[in-house]
Amino acid sequence: MAEPRLVVLQGADERDLTKLSEYRAIGGYDALAKARALAPQAVIDELLASNLRGRGGAFFATGRKWSFIPKPDQNPNPHYLVVNADESEPGSFKDNEILSRVPHRFIEGCLITAHAVESKHVFVYIRGEYLGPFEAVRDALEEIRDDERLLGGVTIVVHRGAGAYICGEETALLESLEGKRGQPRSKPPFPAISGLYASPTVVNNVETLATVPPIVAMGGAAYAKLGVENSTGTRVVSLSGNLVRGGNYEVAHGITLRELIYDLGGGIAEGRELKAVIPGGSSTVILTAEEIDVPYDYDALAEVGTAMGSAGVIAIDDRCCMVQLGIRVSEFYEHESCGKCTPCREGTRWMTAILRKLEAGEASDSELDLLLDVCDRINGKCLCPLGETAAMAVASYVLKFRDEFLAHLDGGCPFGSQSPLDGVVAPVNQHTHSPVAEVPA
Amino acid sequence: MSALHDEIRELMALYPEARSATLPALRLAQEKHGWLSPEALREAAEGLGETPAYCMSVASFYDMFHLEPVGRHLVEVCTNVSCALVGAQQVLEAFERELEVRAGETTEDGEVTLRTVECLGGCGWATIVALDHRYRTHVQANDVGAIVEELRADG
Ligand SMILES: Cc1cc2nc3c(=O)[nH]c(=O)nc-3n(C[C@H](O)[C@H](O)[C@H](O)COP(=O)(O)O)c2cc1C
Ligand code: SF4
Repeated sequence: MAEPRLVVLQGADERDLTKLSEYRAIGGYDALAKARALAPQAVIDELLASNLRGRGGAFFATGRKWSFIPKPDQNPNPHYLVVNADESEPGSFKDNEILSRVPHRFIEGCLITAHAVESKHVFVYIRGEYLGPFEAVRDALEEIRDDERLLGGVTIVVHRGAGAYICGEETALLESLEGKRGQPRSKPPFPAISGLYASPTVVNNVETLATVPPIVAMGGAAYAKLGVENSTGTRVVSLSGNLVRGGNYEVAHGITLRELIYDLGGGIAEGRELKAVIPGGSSTVILTAEEIDVPYDYDALAEVGTAMGSAGVIAIDDRCCMVQLGIRVSEFYEHESCGKCTPCREGTRWMTAILRKLEAGEASDSELDLLLDVCDRINGKCLCPLGETAAMAVASYVLKFRDEFLAHLDGGCPFGSQSPLDGVVAPVNQHTHSPVAEVPA
Repeated sequence: MSALHDEIRELMALYPEARSATLPALRLAQEKHGWLSPEALREAAEGLGETPAYCMSVASFYDMFHLEPVGRHLVEVCTNVSCALVGAQQVLEAFERELEVRAGETTEDGEVTLRTVECLGGCGWATIVALDHRYRTHVQANDVGAIVEELRADG
Protein backbone atom coordinates (compact mmCIF):
# COMPACT_ATOMS: atom_id res chain seq x y z
CA MET A 1 0.00 0.00 0.00
CA ALA A 2 1.31 3.43 -0.94
CA GLU A 3 2.26 5.73 1.90
CA PRO A 4 -0.20 8.57 2.00
CA ARG A 5 1.63 11.87 2.35
CA LEU A 6 -1.31 14.06 3.01
CA VAL A 7 -0.36 17.31 4.64
CA VAL A 8 2.81 17.54 6.69
CA LEU A 9 4.99 15.46 4.41
CA GLN A 10 3.09 16.37 1.26
CA GLY A 11 5.38 16.48 -1.78
CA ALA A 12 8.39 15.03 0.01
CA ASP A 13 8.29 11.75 -1.90
CA GLU A 14 8.30 13.48 -5.27
CA ARG A 15 10.76 16.29 -4.62
CA ASP A 16 13.73 17.18 -2.49
CA LEU A 17 11.92 19.67 -0.29
CA THR A 18 15.03 20.41 1.71
CA LYS A 19 15.84 22.80 -1.16
CA LEU A 20 14.25 26.22 -1.13
CA SER A 21 13.69 26.21 -4.89
CA GLU A 22 11.83 22.90 -4.74
CA TYR A 23 9.73 24.01 -1.83
CA ARG A 24 8.94 27.25 -3.65
CA ALA A 25 7.93 25.26 -6.73
CA ILE A 26 5.06 23.67 -4.81
CA GLY A 27 3.86 26.96 -3.37
CA GLY A 28 6.18 27.00 -0.37
CA TYR A 29 6.10 30.19 1.73
CA ASP A 30 2.87 31.32 0.00
CA ALA A 31 0.97 30.54 3.19
CA LEU A 32 3.32 32.87 5.06
CA ALA A 33 2.45 35.72 2.71
CA LYS A 34 -1.22 34.90 3.10
CA ALA A 35 -0.92 34.86 6.90
CA ARG A 36 0.99 38.12 7.05
CA ALA A 37 -1.77 39.78 5.05
CA LEU A 38 -4.09 38.83 7.90
CA ALA A 39 -4.24 40.31 11.38
CA PRO A 40 -2.66 38.01 14.02
CA GLN A 41 -6.08 37.29 15.49
CA ALA A 42 -7.37 36.17 12.09
CA VAL A 43 -4.57 33.59 11.88
CA ILE A 44 -5.44 32.37 15.37
CA ASP A 45 -9.06 32.11 14.23
CA GLU A 46 -8.01 29.86 11.32
CA LEU A 47 -6.19 27.63 13.77
CA LEU A 48 -9.22 27.53 16.05
CA ALA A 49 -11.38 26.57 13.06
CA SER A 50 -8.94 23.78 12.12
CA ASN A 51 -9.14 22.38 15.65
CA LEU A 52 -5.47 21.41 15.34
CA ARG A 53 -4.30 19.92 18.60
CA GLY A 54 -0.67 19.77 19.66
CA ARG A 55 1.36 16.86 18.37
CA GLY A 56 3.88 16.86 21.22
CA GLY A 57 1.84 14.60 23.45
CA ALA A 58 -0.70 16.59 25.43
CA PHE A 59 -2.97 17.25 22.42
CA PHE A 60 -3.80 20.76 23.57
CA ALA A 61 -5.66 22.93 21.03
CA THR A 62 -3.04 25.02 19.26
CA GLY A 63 -5.26 28.02 18.50
CA ARG A 64 -6.32 28.17 22.13
CA LYS A 65 -2.74 28.00 23.32
CA TRP A 66 -1.84 30.92 21.07
CA SER A 67 -4.79 32.94 22.27
CA PHE A 68 -3.49 32.77 25.85
CA ILE A 69 -0.52 34.91 24.87
CA PRO A 70 -1.11 38.42 26.16
CA LYS A 71 -1.26 41.18 23.55
CA PRO A 72 1.83 43.42 23.44
CA ASP A 73 -0.05 46.22 25.22
CA GLN A 74 -0.98 43.80 28.03
CA ASN A 75 2.58 42.63 28.58
CA PRO A 76 5.44 44.69 27.21
CA ASN A 77 8.04 41.91 27.52
CA PRO A 78 9.17 40.32 24.27
CA HIS A 79 7.12 37.30 23.24
CA TYR A 80 8.88 34.09 22.41
CA LEU A 81 8.10 31.10 20.25
CA VAL A 82 9.99 28.06 21.46
CA VAL A 83 9.93 24.94 19.34
CA ASN A 84 10.04 21.61 21.06
CA ALA A 85 12.28 19.47 18.85
CA ASP A 86 13.54 17.37 21.73
CA GLU A 87 11.77 14.22 20.50
CA SER A 88 13.05 11.56 22.88
CA GLU A 89 10.00 9.47 23.69
CA PRO A 90 10.86 5.83 22.99
CA GLY A 91 8.96 4.82 19.86
CA SER A 92 8.73 8.31 18.33
CA PHE A 93 10.87 9.49 15.45
CA LYS A 94 8.45 11.58 13.41
CA ASP A 95 10.00 14.98 14.13
CA ASN A 96 13.33 13.54 13.01
CA GLU A 97 11.84 12.85 9.56
CA ILE A 98 9.84 16.11 9.40
CA LEU A 99 12.90 18.25 10.15
CA SER A 100 15.07 16.23 7.79
CA ARG A 101 12.69 16.18 4.85
CA VAL A 102 10.50 19.27 5.05
CA PRO A 103 12.62 21.81 6.97
CA HIS A 104 11.24 24.74 4.99
CA ARG A 105 7.64 23.81 5.78
CA PHE A 106 8.64 23.67 9.41
CA ILE A 107 10.36 27.07 9.22
CA GLU A 108 7.37 28.54 7.41
CA GLY A 109 5.21 27.25 10.27
CA CYS A 110 7.49 28.98 12.77
CA LEU A 111 7.26 32.26 10.90
CA ILE A 112 3.47 32.11 10.61
CA THR A 113 3.18 31.30 14.30
CA ALA A 114 5.53 34.14 15.21
CA HIS A 115 3.19 36.46 13.30
CA ALA A 116 0.13 35.06 15.07
CA VAL A 117 1.55 35.54 18.56
CA GLU A 118 3.41 38.74 17.68
CA SER A 119 6.86 37.42 18.39
CA LYS A 120 10.17 38.32 16.77
CA HIS A 121 12.21 35.63 18.48
CA VAL A 122 12.06 31.92 17.72
CA PHE A 123 14.19 29.35 19.51
CA VAL A 124 14.27 25.80 18.20
CA TYR A 125 15.35 23.45 20.97
CA ILE A 126 16.53 20.33 19.17
CA ARG A 127 17.84 17.28 20.98
CA GLY A 128 21.61 17.13 20.82
CA GLU A 129 21.66 13.69 19.24
CA TYR A 130 19.76 14.90 16.15
CA LEU A 131 22.77 15.92 14.08
CA GLY A 132 21.16 15.15 10.68
CA PRO A 133 17.91 17.03 11.39
CA PHE A 134 19.91 19.90 12.89
CA GLU A 135 21.95 20.21 9.72
CA ALA A 136 18.81 20.12 7.56
CA VAL A 137 17.26 23.00 9.49
CA ARG A 138 20.52 24.94 9.66
CA ASP A 139 21.01 24.60 5.89
CA ALA A 140 17.41 25.60 5.20
CA LEU A 141 17.82 28.66 7.40
CA GLU A 142 21.03 29.50 5.60
CA GLU A 143 19.10 29.53 2.31
CA ILE A 144 16.70 32.21 3.55
CA ARG A 145 19.17 34.10 5.71
CA ASP A 146 19.30 37.21 3.55
CA ASP A 147 15.66 37.13 2.55
CA GLU A 148 14.31 39.82 4.85
CA ARG A 149 10.94 39.62 3.09
CA LEU A 150 10.55 36.04 4.27
CA LEU A 151 12.03 36.52 7.70
CA GLY A 152 10.12 39.73 8.38
CA GLY A 153 12.46 40.76 11.19
CA VAL A 154 12.14 37.43 13.00
CA THR A 155 15.29 35.72 14.24
CA ILE A 156 15.40 31.93 14.48
CA VAL A 157 18.07 30.44 16.73
CA VAL A 158 18.60 26.69 16.69
CA HIS A 159 19.65 25.55 20.14
CA ARG A 160 21.01 22.05 20.57
CA GLY A 161 20.26 20.06 23.70
CA ALA A 162 22.74 17.69 25.27
CA GLY A 163 20.95 14.45 26.05
CA ALA A 164 18.10 14.45 28.56
CA TYR A 165 14.61 13.10 27.86
CA ILE A 166 13.06 15.33 30.50
CA CYS A 167 13.99 18.41 28.47
CA GLY A 168 11.04 17.52 26.22
CA GLU A 169 8.74 18.57 29.06
CA GLU A 170 8.08 22.18 28.20
CA THR A 171 9.15 23.86 31.43
CA ALA A 172 12.26 21.68 31.75
CA LEU A 173 13.01 22.67 28.17
CA LEU A 174 12.77 26.35 29.10
CA GLU A 175 15.09 25.84 32.07
CA SER A 176 17.56 24.08 29.81
CA LEU A 177 17.28 26.82 27.20
CA GLU A 178 18.09 29.32 29.93
CA GLY A 179 21.35 27.45 30.51
CA LYS A 180 20.40 25.42 33.57
CA ARG A 181 19.83 21.81 34.55
CA GLY A 182 16.67 20.65 32.83
CA GLN A 183 14.33 20.30 35.78
CA PRO A 184 10.61 21.07 35.37
CA ARG A 185 9.08 24.15 36.92
CA SER A 186 5.83 24.09 38.81
CA LYS A 187 2.80 25.28 36.88
CA PRO A 188 1.13 27.76 37.11
CA PRO A 189 2.39 30.11 35.91
CA PHE A 190 2.08 28.59 32.47
CA PRO A 191 4.62 29.49 29.79
CA ALA A 192 2.04 31.62 27.95
CA ILE A 193 2.22 34.06 30.86
CA SER A 194 5.70 33.45 32.22
CA GLY A 195 7.88 31.24 30.07
CA LEU A 196 11.32 31.89 28.62
CA TYR A 197 13.05 34.65 30.63
CA ALA A 198 9.75 35.04 32.52
CA SER A 199 8.13 36.37 29.35
CA PRO A 200 5.06 35.21 27.40
CA THR A 201 6.09 32.08 25.51
CA VAL A 202 4.41 29.62 23.17
CA VAL A 203 5.93 26.15 23.21
CA ASN A 204 4.90 23.99 20.26
CA ASN A 205 6.00 20.71 18.84
CA VAL A 206 7.74 20.40 15.44
CA GLU A 207 4.85 18.56 13.78
CA THR A 208 2.32 21.05 15.14
CA LEU A 209 4.26 23.87 13.50
CA ALA A 210 4.80 21.99 10.24
CA THR A 211 1.01 21.57 10.05
CA VAL A 212 0.40 25.32 10.29
CA PRO A 213 1.30 26.34 6.69
CA PRO A 214 -1.02 23.76 5.09
CA ILE A 215 -3.81 24.86 7.44
CA VAL A 216 -3.35 28.49 6.45
CA ALA A 217 -3.15 27.48 2.79
CA MET A 218 -6.27 25.33 2.71
CA GLY A 219 -8.20 27.15 5.44
CA GLY A 220 -8.99 25.88 8.91
CA ALA A 221 -12.41 24.59 7.97
CA ALA A 222 -11.04 22.45 5.13
CA TYR A 223 -8.40 20.98 7.42
CA ALA A 224 -11.06 20.17 10.02
CA LYS A 225 -12.77 17.94 7.45
CA LEU A 226 -9.78 15.59 7.50
CA GLY A 227 -9.66 13.00 10.24
CA VAL A 228 -12.45 12.65 12.77
CA GLU A 229 -14.24 14.84 15.27
CA ASN A 230 -11.95 16.02 18.09
CA SER A 231 -8.96 14.58 16.24
CA THR A 232 -8.99 16.54 13.04
CA GLY A 233 -6.39 16.30 10.33
CA THR A 234 -3.47 14.01 9.90
CA ARG A 235 -0.82 12.61 12.12
CA VAL A 236 2.66 11.38 11.30
CA VAL A 237 2.69 8.03 13.05
CA SER A 238 5.97 6.30 13.88
CA LEU A 239 5.77 2.54 13.51
CA SER A 240 8.45 0.35 15.07
CA GLY A 241 9.10 -2.93 16.82
CA ASN A 242 8.49 -6.34 15.28
CA LEU A 243 7.04 -5.08 12.01
CA VAL A 244 7.83 -5.87 8.41
CA ARG A 245 7.97 -2.18 7.44
CA GLY A 246 8.77 0.18 10.29
CA GLY A 247 8.83 3.87 9.44
CA ASN A 248 6.82 7.06 9.60
CA TYR A 249 3.41 7.11 7.94
CA GLU A 250 1.21 10.16 7.66
CA VAL A 251 -2.40 9.12 8.06
CA ALA A 252 -5.74 10.77 8.70
CA HIS A 253 -6.85 10.28 12.29
CA GLY A 254 -9.39 7.50 12.67
CA ILE A 255 -7.53 4.75 10.83
CA THR A 256 -7.46 1.72 13.11
CA LEU A 257 -4.38 0.46 14.88
CA ARG A 258 -4.92 -2.80 13.01
CA GLU A 259 -4.68 -0.99 9.67
CA LEU A 260 -1.57 0.84 10.82
CA ILE A 261 0.12 -2.37 11.84
CA TYR A 262 -1.00 -4.71 9.09
CA ASP A 263 -1.61 -2.48 6.06
CA LEU A 264 1.06 0.16 6.49
CA GLY A 265 3.53 -1.68 8.69
CA GLY A 266 3.21 -4.87 6.65
CA GLY A 267 2.26 -6.97 9.67
CA ILE A 268 4.43 -8.82 12.14
CA ALA A 269 7.91 -9.77 10.96
CA GLU A 270 9.23 -13.31 10.65
CA GLY A 271 5.71 -14.75 10.60
CA ARG A 272 5.28 -14.22 14.35
CA GLU A 273 2.08 -13.37 16.19
CA LEU A 274 1.26 -9.95 17.54
CA LYS A 275 1.18 -9.94 21.33
CA ALA A 276 0.84 -6.32 22.40
CA VAL A 277 1.02 -2.77 21.12
CA ILE A 278 2.36 0.33 22.79
CA PRO A 279 0.18 2.90 21.02
CA GLY A 280 1.74 6.30 21.67
CA GLY A 281 5.32 5.98 22.87
CA SER A 282 6.55 4.16 25.96
CA SER A 283 4.67 6.50 28.31
CA THR A 284 1.31 5.13 27.21
CA VAL A 285 -0.80 2.25 28.53
CA ILE A 286 -0.25 -0.97 26.57
CA LEU A 287 -2.92 -2.68 24.45
CA THR A 288 -3.26 -6.41 23.90
CA ALA A 289 -3.52 -7.90 20.42
CA GLU A 290 -7.28 -8.17 20.94
CA GLU A 291 -7.62 -4.41 21.40
CA ILE A 292 -6.20 -3.17 18.10
CA ASP A 293 -9.43 -2.51 16.25
CA VAL A 294 -9.52 0.81 18.05
CA PRO A 295 -9.43 3.87 15.78
CA TYR A 296 -6.27 5.91 16.10
CA ASP A 297 -7.77 9.09 17.50
CA TYR A 298 -7.81 10.86 20.85
CA ASP A 299 -11.31 9.94 22.02
CA ALA A 300 -11.28 6.34 20.83
CA LEU A 301 -7.94 5.64 22.50
CA ALA A 302 -9.10 7.35 25.70
CA GLU A 303 -12.10 5.07 25.71
CA VAL A 304 -9.82 2.02 25.91
CA GLY A 305 -7.78 3.71 28.63
CA THR A 306 -4.76 4.80 26.67
CA ALA A 307 -3.50 7.72 24.58
CA MET A 308 -1.99 8.76 21.28
CA GLY A 309 0.87 10.46 23.13
CA SER A 310 3.58 11.24 20.63
CA ALA A 311 2.23 8.75 18.07
CA GLY A 312 4.95 6.15 18.48
CA VAL A 313 3.38 2.75 17.84
CA ILE A 314 5.54 -0.16 19.00
CA ALA A 315 4.39 -3.61 17.92
CA ILE A 316 5.55 -6.45 20.14
CA ASP A 317 5.51 -10.07 19.04
CA ASP A 318 4.85 -13.25 21.01
CA ARG A 319 8.47 -13.91 21.94
CA CYS A 320 8.67 -10.91 24.22
CA CYS A 321 8.44 -11.31 27.98
CA MET A 322 6.29 -8.63 29.57
CA VAL A 323 8.33 -8.57 32.78
CA GLN A 324 11.44 -7.90 30.73
CA LEU A 325 9.54 -5.17 28.90
CA GLY A 326 8.63 -3.69 32.27
CA ILE A 327 12.27 -3.74 33.35
CA ARG A 328 13.51 -2.02 30.23
CA VAL A 329 10.80 0.66 30.30
CA SER A 330 11.24 1.23 34.02
CA GLU A 331 15.01 1.51 33.60
CA PHE A 332 14.48 4.21 31.01
CA TYR A 333 12.39 6.36 33.34
CA GLU A 334 14.72 5.66 36.24
CA HIS A 335 17.59 6.96 34.12
CA GLU A 336 15.67 9.98 32.87
CA SER A 337 13.98 11.09 36.09
CA CYS A 338 15.31 14.55 36.82
CA GLY A 339 15.45 13.71 40.51
CA LYS A 340 13.33 16.57 41.77
CA CYS A 341 10.42 14.56 43.24
CA THR A 342 11.04 11.68 45.61
CA PRO A 343 8.21 9.43 44.33
CA CYS A 344 9.54 9.60 40.79
CA ARG A 345 13.25 9.41 41.60
CA GLU A 346 12.98 6.60 44.15
CA GLY A 347 9.81 4.96 42.85
CA THR A 348 11.17 4.22 39.40
CA ARG A 349 14.22 2.65 41.05
CA TRP A 350 11.96 0.47 43.18
CA MET A 351 9.91 -0.53 40.18
CA THR A 352 13.02 -1.75 38.39
CA ALA A 353 14.28 -3.57 41.47
CA ILE A 354 11.03 -5.47 42.04
CA LEU A 355 10.70 -6.34 38.37
CA ARG A 356 14.25 -7.68 38.36
CA LYS A 357 13.45 -9.89 41.34
CA LEU A 358 10.38 -11.16 39.53
CA GLU A 359 12.35 -11.89 36.40
CA ALA A 360 14.90 -13.84 38.45
CA GLY A 361 12.14 -15.94 40.04
CA GLU A 362 12.98 -14.57 43.48
CA ALA A 363 9.82 -12.60 44.15
CA SER A 364 6.85 -13.58 46.29
CA ASP A 365 3.14 -12.83 45.62
CA SER A 366 3.27 -9.89 47.94
CA GLU A 367 5.98 -8.29 45.85
CA LEU A 368 3.73 -8.23 42.81
CA ASP A 369 1.28 -6.29 44.95
CA LEU A 370 4.15 -4.15 46.19
CA LEU A 371 5.00 -3.28 42.58
CA LEU A 372 1.48 -2.04 41.96
CA ASP A 373 1.56 -0.23 45.28
CA VAL A 374 4.77 1.57 44.32
CA CYS A 375 3.17 2.58 41.01
CA ASP A 376 0.19 3.86 42.93
CA ARG A 377 2.42 5.90 45.21
CA ILE A 378 4.03 7.63 42.22
CA ASN A 379 0.73 8.38 40.51
CA GLY A 380 -0.53 11.89 41.06
CA LYS A 381 2.30 12.73 43.46
CA CYS A 382 4.83 14.22 41.09
CA LEU A 383 5.53 17.64 39.68
CA CYS A 384 5.54 16.63 36.02
CA PRO A 385 3.98 13.70 34.16
CA LEU A 386 7.22 11.70 33.75
CA GLY A 387 6.90 9.71 36.95
CA GLU A 388 3.26 8.93 36.63
CA THR A 389 3.28 7.96 32.99
CA ALA A 390 6.08 5.52 33.81
CA ALA A 391 4.05 4.08 36.66
CA MET A 392 0.85 3.82 34.63
CA ALA A 393 2.60 2.19 31.69
CA VAL A 394 4.32 -0.46 33.80
CA ALA A 395 1.21 -1.09 35.89
CA SER A 396 -0.69 -1.69 32.65
CA TYR A 397 1.68 -4.55 31.75
CA VAL A 398 0.88 -6.20 35.08
CA LEU A 399 -2.86 -5.65 34.77
CA LYS A 400 -3.15 -6.83 31.17
CA PHE A 401 -0.64 -9.70 31.35
CA ARG A 402 -1.21 -10.74 34.94
CA ASP A 403 -0.96 -14.47 34.22
CA GLU A 404 2.45 -13.96 32.75
CA PHE A 405 3.60 -12.04 35.82
CA LEU A 406 2.15 -14.74 38.08
CA ALA A 407 3.99 -17.41 36.10
CA HIS A 408 7.25 -15.68 37.06
CA LEU A 409 6.49 -16.28 40.74
CA ASP A 410 7.21 -19.98 40.52
CA GLY A 411 10.58 -20.58 39.05
CA GLY A 412 11.31 -17.41 37.11
CA CYS A 413 10.96 -16.37 33.52
CA PRO A 414 9.17 -18.75 31.16
CA PHE A 415 10.69 -16.93 28.17
CA GLY A 416 14.30 -16.54 29.26
CA SER A 417 16.68 -15.87 26.42
CA GLN A 418 13.94 -16.57 23.85
CA SER A 419 12.76 -13.05 24.53
CA PRO A 420 14.70 -10.33 22.71
CA LEU A 421 14.67 -8.10 25.79
CA ASP A 422 16.53 -10.68 27.88
CA GLY A 423 19.61 -9.20 29.54
CA VAL A 424 19.55 -5.98 27.54
CA VAL A 425 22.12 -3.53 28.87
CA ALA A 426 20.42 -0.23 29.58
CA PRO A 427 22.42 2.93 30.18
CA VAL A 428 21.33 2.92 33.81
CA ASN A 429 23.33 -0.31 34.28
CA GLN A 430 26.42 1.03 32.70
CA HIS A 431 27.24 4.17 34.59
CA THR A 432 30.88 3.36 35.04
CA HIS A 433 32.55 5.28 32.29
CA SER A 434 35.87 3.67 32.92
CA PRO A 435 38.54 5.45 30.93
CA VAL A 436 40.44 2.25 30.29
CA ALA A 437 39.09 -1.10 29.27
CA GLU A 438 38.59 -4.09 31.49
CA VAL A 439 38.86 -6.70 28.79
CA PRO A 440 36.19 -9.39 29.20
CA ALA A 441 37.66 -12.81 29.89
CA MET B 1 42.13 35.28 24.87
CA SER B 2 41.59 31.92 23.22
CA ALA B 3 39.57 31.19 20.10
CA LEU B 4 37.17 29.25 22.32
CA HIS B 5 36.63 32.36 24.39
CA ASP B 6 35.69 34.36 21.31
CA GLU B 7 33.37 31.67 20.02
CA ILE B 8 31.58 31.52 23.36
CA ARG B 9 31.18 35.29 23.31
CA GLU B 10 29.57 35.02 19.88
CA LEU B 11 27.18 32.38 21.14
CA MET B 12 26.20 34.53 24.10
CA ALA B 13 25.21 37.33 21.75
CA LEU B 14 22.53 35.09 20.21
CA TYR B 15 20.47 35.12 23.39
CA PRO B 16 18.70 37.84 25.38
CA GLU B 17 20.34 36.36 28.48
CA ALA B 18 23.91 35.19 28.08
CA ARG B 19 23.58 32.21 30.39
CA SER B 20 21.51 30.51 27.67
CA ALA B 21 24.81 29.87 25.90
CA THR B 22 25.87 27.42 28.62
CA LEU B 23 25.04 24.22 26.74
CA PRO B 24 26.52 25.36 23.42
CA ALA B 25 29.62 26.63 25.23
CA LEU B 26 30.09 23.31 27.01
CA ARG B 27 29.67 21.54 23.69
CA LEU B 28 32.44 23.64 22.15
CA ALA B 29 34.72 23.11 25.11
CA GLN B 30 34.13 19.39 24.91
CA GLU B 31 34.84 19.35 21.19
CA LYS B 32 38.13 21.11 21.81
CA HIS B 33 39.30 19.02 24.75
CA GLY B 34 37.68 15.68 23.90
CA TRP B 35 35.89 15.68 27.25
CA LEU B 36 34.93 18.15 29.95
CA SER B 37 38.18 18.04 31.82
CA PRO B 38 38.68 20.50 34.69
CA GLU B 39 40.57 22.66 32.24
CA ALA B 40 37.76 22.53 29.68
CA LEU B 41 35.21 23.48 32.33
CA ARG B 42 37.42 26.34 33.47
CA GLU B 43 37.72 27.67 29.93
CA ALA B 44 33.99 27.40 29.30
CA ALA B 45 33.26 29.10 32.60
CA GLU B 46 35.65 31.92 31.84
CA GLY B 47 34.02 32.59 28.48
CA LEU B 48 30.54 32.47 29.97
CA GLY B 49 31.37 34.52 33.04
CA GLU B 50 30.12 31.69 35.23
CA THR B 51 32.01 29.60 37.76
CA PRO B 52 33.46 26.20 36.84
CA ALA B 53 31.25 24.75 39.58
CA TYR B 54 28.18 26.12 37.85
CA CYS B 55 29.30 24.64 34.54
CA MET B 56 29.93 21.30 36.25
CA SER B 57 26.48 21.28 37.83
CA VAL B 58 24.87 21.86 34.45
CA ALA B 59 27.11 19.47 32.52
CA SER B 60 26.49 16.62 34.95
CA PHE B 61 22.77 16.72 34.13
CA TYR B 62 23.23 15.85 30.46
CA ASP B 63 24.26 12.51 28.95
CA MET B 64 26.17 13.94 26.04
CA PHE B 65 28.71 15.67 28.23
CA HIS B 66 31.64 13.50 29.20
CA LEU B 67 32.97 14.10 32.66
CA GLU B 68 35.64 11.48 32.16
CA PRO B 69 37.94 10.94 29.20
CA VAL B 70 36.47 9.09 26.23
CA GLY B 71 37.99 7.61 23.12
CA ARG B 72 38.55 9.54 19.91
CA HIS B 73 35.57 7.73 18.47
CA LEU B 74 32.25 7.19 20.17
CA VAL B 75 30.05 4.19 19.39
CA GLU B 76 26.58 4.48 20.90
CA VAL B 77 24.12 1.62 20.63
CA CYS B 78 20.47 2.30 21.37
CA THR B 79 19.09 -0.45 23.58
CA ASN B 80 15.67 1.00 24.18
CA VAL B 81 12.55 -1.08 23.47
CA SER B 82 12.17 -0.73 19.69
CA CYS B 83 15.84 -1.43 19.01
CA ALA B 84 16.03 -4.19 21.61
CA LEU B 85 13.03 -5.96 20.10
CA VAL B 86 14.95 -6.47 16.88
CA GLY B 87 18.35 -7.41 18.27
CA ALA B 88 20.14 -4.38 19.76
CA GLN B 89 21.66 -6.53 22.50
CA GLN B 90 23.25 -8.80 19.89
CA VAL B 91 24.60 -5.73 18.11
CA LEU B 92 26.03 -4.46 21.39
CA GLU B 93 27.65 -7.82 22.15
CA ALA B 94 29.18 -7.91 18.68
CA PHE B 95 30.78 -4.52 19.36
CA GLU B 96 31.99 -5.77 22.74
CA ARG B 97 33.67 -8.73 21.06
CA GLU B 98 35.17 -6.73 18.20
CA LEU B 99 36.43 -3.92 20.39
CA GLU B 100 37.29 -6.13 23.40
CA VAL B 101 35.58 -3.83 25.85
CA ARG B 102 32.35 -3.86 27.79
CA ALA B 103 29.61 -1.30 27.33
CA GLY B 104 30.75 1.89 29.05
CA GLU B 105 34.45 1.31 28.43
CA THR B 106 37.16 2.64 26.15
CA THR B 107 39.60 0.51 24.20
CA GLU B 108 43.07 0.29 25.70
CA ASP B 109 44.57 2.36 22.91
CA GLY B 110 42.14 5.15 23.75
CA GLU B 111 40.60 5.01 20.28
CA VAL B 112 37.00 3.93 20.81
CA THR B 113 34.45 4.30 23.58
CA LEU B 114 31.47 1.97 23.44
CA ARG B 115 28.32 2.74 25.32
CA THR B 116 24.60 2.08 25.30
CA VAL B 117 22.22 5.02 25.06
CA GLU B 118 18.52 5.59 25.46
CA CYS B 119 16.19 6.01 22.49
CA LEU B 120 17.91 7.91 19.67
CA GLY B 121 14.69 8.58 17.76
CA GLY B 122 15.08 6.23 14.81
CA CYS B 123 12.93 3.39 16.16
CA GLY B 124 11.44 2.25 12.85
CA TRP B 125 14.90 1.87 11.37
CA ALA B 126 16.28 -0.19 14.26
CA THR B 127 18.88 -1.02 15.42
CA ILE B 128 20.29 2.50 15.56
CA VAL B 129 23.98 2.95 16.23
CA ALA B 130 25.44 6.44 16.43
CA LEU B 131 29.04 6.55 15.19
CA ASP B 132 30.52 9.83 16.29
CA HIS B 133 26.92 11.11 16.33
CA ARG B 134 26.04 9.98 12.78
CA TYR B 135 23.20 7.50 12.79
CA ARG B 136 23.58 4.11 11.18
CA THR B 137 20.22 2.48 10.65
CA HIS B 138 19.12 -1.15 10.42
CA VAL B 139 22.38 -2.31 12.00
CA GLN B 140 22.62 -6.04 12.63
CA ALA B 141 25.20 -7.98 14.57
CA ASN B 142 26.90 -9.20 11.40
CA ASP B 143 27.46 -5.61 10.21
CA VAL B 144 29.57 -4.80 13.23
CA GLY B 145 32.91 -6.17 12.00
CA ALA B 146 32.85 -3.90 8.96
CA ILE B 147 31.80 -0.88 11.02
CA VAL B 148 34.68 -1.36 13.44
CA GLU B 149 37.11 -1.77 10.56
CA GLU B 150 35.85 1.49 9.10
CA LEU B 151 36.34 3.27 12.42
CA ARG B 152 39.86 1.93 12.82
CA ALA B 153 40.74 2.91 9.24
CA ASP B 154 39.56 6.42 10.00
CA GLY B 155 42.63 6.57 12.24
C1 LIG C 1 8.39 13.81 30.18
C2 LIG C 1 7.85 14.58 29.02
C3 LIG C 1 8.52 14.59 27.81
C4 LIG C 1 8.04 15.30 26.72
N1 LIG C 1 8.74 15.26 25.56
C5 LIG C 1 8.29 15.98 24.50
C6 LIG C 1 9.03 16.02 23.29
O1 LIG C 1 10.09 15.40 23.16
N2 LIG C 1 8.55 16.75 22.26
C7 LIG C 1 7.38 17.48 22.37
O2 LIG C 1 7.01 18.16 21.43
N3 LIG C 1 6.67 17.46 23.50
C8 LIG C 1 7.10 16.75 24.57
N4 LIG C 1 6.37 16.78 25.74
C9 LIG C 1 5.15 17.63 25.79
C10 LIG C 1 5.51 19.08 26.09
O3 LIG C 1 5.56 19.28 27.49
C11 LIG C 1 4.49 20.06 25.50
O4 LIG C 1 3.22 19.66 25.88
C12 LIG C 1 4.53 20.16 23.99
O5 LIG C 1 5.81 20.46 23.53
C13 LIG C 1 3.60 21.25 23.53
O6 LIG C 1 3.56 21.35 22.12
P1 LIG C 1 2.24 21.07 21.29
O7 LIG C 1 1.12 21.83 21.98
O8 LIG C 1 2.52 21.59 19.95
O9 LIG C 1 2.00 19.60 21.35
C14 LIG C 1 6.84 16.05 26.84
C15 LIG C 1 6.15 16.03 28.06
C16 LIG C 1 6.64 15.32 29.13
C17 LIG C 1 5.87 15.35 30.41
S1 SF4 D 1 8.11 13.69 38.09
FE1 SF4 D 1 10.22 12.97 37.88
S2 SF4 D 1 11.02 13.99 36.05
FE2 SF4 D 1 9.14 15.10 36.67
S3 SF4 D 1 9.87 16.76 38.00
FE3 SF4 D 1 9.43 15.04 39.33
S4 SF4 D 1 11.40 13.93 39.53
FE4 SF4 D 1 11.56 15.30 37.77
